[in-house]
Amino acid sequence: MNRTADVIIVGGGIIGNATAYYLAKKGRKVIVLEGSDNIGNGGSSRNGGGVRQSGRDPRELPMVMWGIQNLWPHLNEELDADVEYTQKGNLRLGKTPAHLKILQGLTDRATACGLDVKMIDAQEVKQINPYLSDEVIGASWCPTDGHANPMKTTLAYYRKARQLGACFITGEKVVGLQKNGGKLRRVITEQNTYEAEKVLVAAGYESRFITKTVGIDIPMIKQKMQCLVTEAEPKMFDQMLGTAEADFYGHQSHHGSFVFGGSSGQEGYELSKDGLISNSINVPCICRGILKYFPDLSKAKIVRSWTGWIDPCVDGIPVMSRVEEVPGLYLAAGFTGHGFGIGPAAGYHLAQLICDETPVTDMQAYRYDRFKAKI
Amino acid sequence: MNEVNDRSRDIGPFIPGPDDDMIICRCEEITRGEIRRAVHDGMFTITEIRRYLRCGMGLCQGQTCAKLVKSIVAGESGAAPGTLEPATSRAPMRPVEMQILADEM
Ligand SMILES: Cc1cc2nc3c(=O)[nH]c(=O)nc-3n(C[C@H](O)[C@H](O)[C@H](O)COP(=O)(O)OP(=O)(O)OC[C@H]3O[C@@H](n4cnc5c(N)ncnc54)[C@H](O)[C@@H]3O)c2cc1C
Repeated sequence: MNRTADVIIVGGGIIGNATAYYLAKKGRKVIVLEGSDNIGNGGSSRNGGGVRQSGRDPRELPMVMWGIQNLWPHLNEELDADVEYTQKGNLRLGKTPAHLKILQGLTDRATACGLDVKMIDAQEVKQINPYLSDEVIGASWCPTDGHANPMKTTLAYYRKARQLGACFITGEKVVGLQKNGGKLRRVITEQNTYEAEKVLVAAGYESRFITKTVGIDIPMIKQKMQCLVTEAEPKMFDQMLGTAEADFYGHQSHHGSFVFGGSSGQEGYELSKDGLISNSINVPCICRGILKYFPDLSKAKIVRSWTGWIDPCVDGIPVMSRVEEVPGLYLAAGFTGHGFGIGPAAGYHLAQLICDETPVTDMQAYRYDRFKAKI
Repeated sequence: MNEVNDRSRDIGPFIPGPDDDMIICRCEEITRGEIRRAVHDGMFTITEIRRYLRCGMGLCQGQTCAKLVKSIVAGESGAAPGTLEPATSRAPMRPVEMQILADEM
């Protein structure tokens, strides 16, 4: 087995796989080390599939908008796969005047960045989605948002990168990094040692334990989130949906099943923080949330539920950056629960950064050294 | 768990077989040929196969085809069947209407 490369990537999620693909396309020799037995076993295969610009922090908008304009529409051809990308808009729903105020704030901040998003009234909402309950009094509407299949997208990047010669090794849990002559040089796993001049750590929350070994840290936490899916239902609607209250979000997949996610409000306070076990109160709570908006789904049957970790960063956007103190080290973590939609663009930008090219949109906002104490 | 698994190792070329059209996952109508091809696309674990093809994600949640899928993946990738972990079983055990689940506090 070959243990040296131009670039080693730690973590085989959407970020690691997409970066591996764009690097392999540029002719770089890449090794991806994935700690679990399965490629894409983290949030990347467990998320709700939202490919959104609306509702995001304005600092993230240039990159995510670039990806939605330039990568997502052609991803099937690029990766020779069906990632089920559907660009039919995002409705963020409101039921109270307080909700509308939240939506108006999000909309104002996004339009200031050039995003096509606007507030619409109950009647316009009904025209876009006639199945919504009368409790909905308005929404924000972003026609260029959408959704895709996270499992297929994550695995399609893996498959294509592998075809281009990127080497993927699963079951290789990275435990630390080592410098040589002031520069990053070695990646140590539980059983082996790998070498490269450049290393990208894209291991979600666990990145903290890896970069800590060379004195670098990203302030983020780990939070469990719940998803559920119904059996296939007749086609109802194409949009991605969310709510001002964040009680649920979701879409109907190409296969016909509805994929929904949400929270119970108890996240982070569970007795056991280790396992990815569904808490018994989550799924019922999300169902109650959904049925208030979609009474027609009351008889739809849930076939499966699962959880995944998100990695909220202290200021709500990820770190995607080279590290000056440790030449050769690159970071991509802290995607804060919305790293799937931005994933392809993030991988594209990171490959440019690693190859010392000027990234297509500016990456200053994502620097690792931006965190400051409050006073 | 956590066996080092090099996804570039040579498992030989994909050779079409006479029974490739046989349906293995009846709920999602996935054939033996599709599963064999997926292994050559790099899907070396039952979990990856399931996420890639949807086999075992239908109404029966893999209760019917899990064993068959495992033997096909083992045969194609050269892994010993005993080393292939089954995909995680997910709640609920049987499909449940949303209005019923919504009543649980
Ligand atoms: C329930 C849920 C719903 C979501 N919904 C959406 C959505 O609708 N839209 C959206 O844009 N985003 C969504 N997200 C967020 C999105 O899934 C993540 O931001 C994104 O997948 C992050 O990708 P990643 O590659 O950084 O992380 P991950 O997919 O977590 O990948 C990190 C990888 O690193 C591996 N790893 C960890 N430690 C080590 C180690 N020591 N050595 C080697 N490998 C290691 C892990 O096993 C994992 O495979 C959701 C997330 C969840 C959990």
